Amino acid sequence: MSLSKIKFDKKIVLSFWIILIALIIAAPTLLPVFRLNLLGRYLSLSIVALGVDLIWGYTGLLSLGQGIFFALGGYCAAMYLQITSSSEFPNNIPEFFALYGVEKLPFFWEPFRSPVFTFFAIWVIPALVAGLIGFLVFRNRIKGVYFSILTQASLLVFFNFFNGQQKLINGTNGLKTDVTQIFGQMVGSESMQRVFFWITAILVIAAWFFAKWVVKGRFGNILIGIRDDEPRVRFTGYNPVIFKTIIFSIAGALAGISGALYTVQSGIVSPQFMTVPFSIEMVIWVAVGGRGTLLGAILGAVFINYAKSLVSEALPASWMFIQGGLFILVVTALPEGVLGWMQGDGPRNLLQRFGLKRKIETYPSLEINNKDKKL
Amino acid sequence: MNNKDLLNLIDITVSFEGFLALNKLNLNLKKGELRAVIGPNGAGKTTFLDVITGKVKPTKGEVIFKGKSLVGRKEHKIARLGVGRKFQSPRIFENLTVKENLEISVTTPKSPLNLINKNIKDEQVDEIERLMKIVNLSQKVDSKSGSLSHGQKQWLEIAMLVGQKPDLMLVDEPVAGLTDEETDLTADLLKSLSGENTVVVIDHDMEFIRRLDSNVSVLNQGRVLCEGTMETIQKDKKVIDVYLGRPED
Repeated sequence: MSLSKIKFDKKIVLSFWIILIALIIAAPTLLPVFRLNLLGRYLSLSIVALGVDLIWGYTGLLSLGQGIFFALGGYCAAMYLQITSSSEFPNNIPEFFALYGVEKLPFFWEPFRSPVFTFFAIWVIPALVAGLIGFLVFRNRIKGVYFSILTQASLLVFFNFFNGQQKLINGTNGLKTDVTQIFGQMVGSESMQRVFFWITAILVIAAWFFAKWVVKGRFGNILIGIRDDEPRVRFTGYNPVIFKTIIFSIAGALAGISGALYTVQSGIVSPQFMTVPFSIEMVIWVAVGGRGTLLGAILGAVFINYAKSLVSEALPASWMFIQGGLFILVVTALPEGVLGWMQGDGPRNLLQRFGLKRKIETYPSLEINNKDKKL
Repeated sequence: MNNKDLLNLIDITVSFEGFLALNKLNLNLKKGELRAVIGPNGAGKTTFLDVITGKVKPTKGEVIFKGKSLVGRKEHKIARLGVGRKFQSPRIFENLTVKENLEISVTTPKSPLNLINKNIKDEQVDEIERLMKIVNLSQKVDSKSGSLSHGQKQWLEIAMLVGQKPDLMLVDEPVAGLTDEETDLTADLLKSLSGENTVVVIDHDMEFIRRLDSNVSVLNQGRVLCEGTMETIQKDKKVIDVYLGRPED
């Protein structure tokens, strides 16, 4: 039941991608704007899930604090949109400042006037914060459950800080983006939302290729080595601290991009992005989709969230039970997630159980090349 | 201590909450030497390796390797200086293939940048080929190393150790769980490695140690009890007392 480095079955992967790309192309014409917007949001969540897969599925770092980096990306995007759309408000600063009697823009807002700065800030700031937290934690050889607890504690620290800072970032109310403007258009308008959908779809695919590039080859093998036997990696001459810091930063950057895309499509960023359950949900998406498969993270994020919205519409309040049940089911029955199960022996075993496929009669890994067993 | 020594352990004491795992241990290794270390359970054999590789910091004493002190250095730095270690139970990366395991060991420099954006060097590919031939795993290149037999895992780990090109190889119980034939082959392999490399082998298996035909250090209660060839130590009264056992009289 090892969590193996899965060799992608070409056919499965190819068919998934064909379906996915067809859906993305067809979506804007087939779906009503409301549904399209939901799909765009869920696709943006799949980017943070990719990051979770990199750090958890490949490197064995179970972070329960990805919401920090997700929210940071969202805040960067929202600050840019608010400040560039504030010309008709008092003192030419975002409207909410007036509520708290703030007349001068806090200094850290200034650079967000620049679109170029914002473009980089969305992923560089979360990456730096993740890198710093990661480095301090990894250097002290904190791992396993202690790492998870520490990331969750950091999440709470960030949540409480953002929640309490009315005069800096509108505290618990968050920053609205849907009534701001970009390129002379309302961010919340139908045409802009369609544009954001396309951008999201392209970035999901780009992020997937990027993640694949990261885990392929020797770098990815070291990540797997750290997951499976970190001291061994150390005694081979590698410094796991550096590798873990890098991958945690990358996951932070992906979370930031994800948060920014999610913010512009949901119309607001608020400290709610940094609640404990939300960050745990990110882990569930990856667990259900399949750890260490990348594609599983994307599918898990999109399908679970879509199911969530459909179920919530039909049976409000029952979603939490269903999600909890799904998680328990996956942990007990499909520990490698749905995609991991499909790529392994799962489907064959199932067919055999119903007598639809003949059992293999030999031991699968029977050695047949014993003849040259001489040194 | 003299210039030909690769490694000097000077008065090493390791105390685990008062329990002395090593007690003023002194040991010198010459370049190119093959040395066997034996001792009863709890004699401090594994702690002795832990001290050299940086896993355990000695409470007192000095470890000098190639003229540099190793005390307080991180494990990966010590490994890069040229100390390689094979663990008691085979520790290979079971989810990676045989080839990927060997790539991890032969790759230099071991920096993230080198790993992510450069391809493996040609001479390293050749080295992997060579290593796989030596340990007879050429047919298993792309097999998950977790699917190997116990003996093959032991050899893969030895190959990984050799691939690191260490000046000092520390080999902890390489023949545990191997068949007699495999044990003999492993002894020959280790003998062929010494000369160019300095090899320390820790084991219980007397037949195996005899076959190594090397100097033997006997550890007991955290210190070196006796050193010499197999013949001399077998006649040593102290060794017979603590290790080989004195016949009831």
